[in-house]
Amino acid sequence: MGNSDTLDEGPTGDERPVGAVSGTSVSISEPANVRLGRGKLTLRRFLRNKLAVIGLIGILLLIIIATLGPYLLPWGYLDIDKKAFLKPPSAKHWLGTTQAGRDVLALTIAGMRKSLIIGFLAGTIATGLASVVGTAAAYFGGWTQRIALWVIDLLLIVPSTLIIAVMMKGGVNHDYAWVVLALLLGAFGWMITGRVMRSMTLSIRNREYVLAAKYMGLPPWKIITRHIIPNISSYMIVDLTLGVGGYILAETGLSFLGLGIQAPDTSLGTLIGEGARMATTYSWIFLTPSAILVFLVLCINAVGDGLRDALDPSSQSGGSAA
Amino acid sequence: MARYIALRVLNYTVLLFVAVSLAYLLAASSLNPRQIYALRQPPVDPDVIETILRNCNISDNVPLLERYFTWLKNIFTEWNWGCSPTNGSVNAEVSVRVWVSLRLMIIGTLGGVVTGVLVGAWAATKQYKAPDRVYTLASLFVICTPSFVMGIVAQILAVKANNALPWRIFEFVGETGSVDDYPMAAFVDRLQHLLLPTVVLILVTSAALSRIQRNLMLDALGADYVRTARAKGLPKRKAVMKHALRTALIPTGTYVAFTVAGMFVGATYTERVFSFPGMGQYAVDAILKMDINAISAVTAFAGVCTMCGAILSDIVVAILDPRVRLG
Repeated sequence: MGNSDTLDEGPTGDERPVGAVSGTSVSISEPANVRLGRGKLTLRRFLRNKLAVIGLIGILLLIIIATLGPYLLPWGYLDIDKKAFLKPPSAKHWLGTTQAGRDVLALTIAGMRKSLIIGFLAGTIATGLASVVGTAAAYFGGWTQRIALWVIDLLLIVPSTLIIAVMMKGGVNHDYAWVVLALLLGAFGWMITGRVMRSMTLSIRNREYVLAAKYMGLPPWKIITRHIIPNISSYMIVDLTLGVGGYILAETGLSFLGLGIQAPDTSLGTLIGEGARMATTYSWIFLTPSAILVFLVLCINAVGDGLRDALDPSSQSGGSAA
Repeated sequence: MARYIALRVLNYTVLLFVAVSLAYLLAASSLNPRQIYALRQPPVDPDVIETILRNCNISDNVPLLERYFTWLKNIFTEWNWGCSPTNGSVNAEVSVRVWVSLRLMIIGTLGGVVTGVLVGAWAATKQYKAPDRVYTLASLFVICTPSFVMGIVAQILAVKANNALPWRIFEFVGETGSVDDYPMAAFVDRLQHLLLPTVVLILVTSAALSRIQRNLMLDALGADYVRTARAKGLPKRKAVMKHALRTALIPTGTYVAFTVAGMFVGATYTERVFSFPGMGQYAVDAILKMDINAISAVTAFAGVCTMCGAILSDIVVAILDPRVRLG
């Protein structure tokens, strides 16, 4: 997209293709007579964005490390080295040890794996919920819509972090507490997306193809899944990607406060919380997981931004759809 | 417009009531404060525990709805939010802590919103030039860094700076510290303690907001009416400030409402990291100690914050957008 500062350039700013809504204007600049499918076009646009590609490589790398790491490391994250309590990085423990004698590198990788899984799970749940509620509310209208909007407003006014913390505290202490945490994060995180999807559905609900399907007697759920959702899917993909980053941050935040993942299970947040108490003196426990966390979320956001640009080239404003 | 605002306030009040009630019912049904006494050594007499819990209206032997109505009655008749066996009266705690939180949040939010809007709008006018690129990277970095990480990094740097300099500039534990003996020392001490948490809050708030503002501003700068304003001879600065920025501010107004709710959570981390005895710390302690009444009170406070933000944004939007004001 070469249209830079339109205000400064005045008349030249008009040279950009006016109808740059679909992918047609891009394929004009490609070699003649090569027709590209939507998927290929999107991929091309995505690959053109260097930051997004770096982000994607970063995420894949972290996922590989998270899956393979435990098999390659000398220390398991539950192992306790009784000869090394709170030791700085050394040849034996590359990133040092915690107060309990656990290896920081192993802990970080185990924590990253948990944070990643929770982020993806919560993001999927939230985007799924948002699309179901948002499209149904707009498609059926009337009381369905009124109730859905009211629930959304209600959930927005409740401090979700507090509620999740209360529910986590109230009795989930078993091995699968992290699944519950992911479910809760998703269940309390879909509202704003749901609203956006509702307004997007409103704008396509009365299009001819939707009406045609309706008059041919297709049941509502089929119209929604076949005709409405595919048309808002690009927003869903972007929302899912950015959501994963958001939920990873939410999870680490709760675990940092001691209200999410509890020891001996570990996540990046739990580890940062442990390191935070003595960060000014023994900073290595804090620094590694924090750096990994920031890098991971940066990569996810870069991919999300890249996807947004690739899927919707007409959009200069990413987040203004309301 | 007064009618419009009044209707919104009414709607939010009903929502707030339902939200706080739900929070109470949830906390009261899922948390059991009796557990706190289970590990005490020497063991406490069960009758004594029961009396203590009943005094605070948190005994699980009383039916949930009965507790709920007692709790409601106390709030509506005496403005009494209950008590906890370990922390005493909720009213007393909250009345001190609210001011600590508000001080931090108001400075942080206002500073963050103003910085965010200005930086975002400025970056948009420099689109794809060096300042915009630097800004984009920096804001992305800040958005991806949780406030607790930022707070702790600030502390590590502060320790380094304090050691390198001949006097202590940065203070980061609590609201006040040891006060020296010179005029205004107490005030300076407070400022020193406020400095780092406020900077963190402003950074966190302004980074996200400025990204949105930049995008909105880009749309506005490309709009026909801005070009018309320029074509009729308006200087660039005036066209940007009066025509572009004003329109671009309207959606920001709506966004700020949600920021205020997020602010409370963000401030919780900041309070935790910098040991500020505010509402966020209270919330975390309340959940860890299974203090049902305190949790409900904190939910109400967070709800009121969101509500104030929402109403404020309604008013701001009404002022900025004539279609809302007149329609």
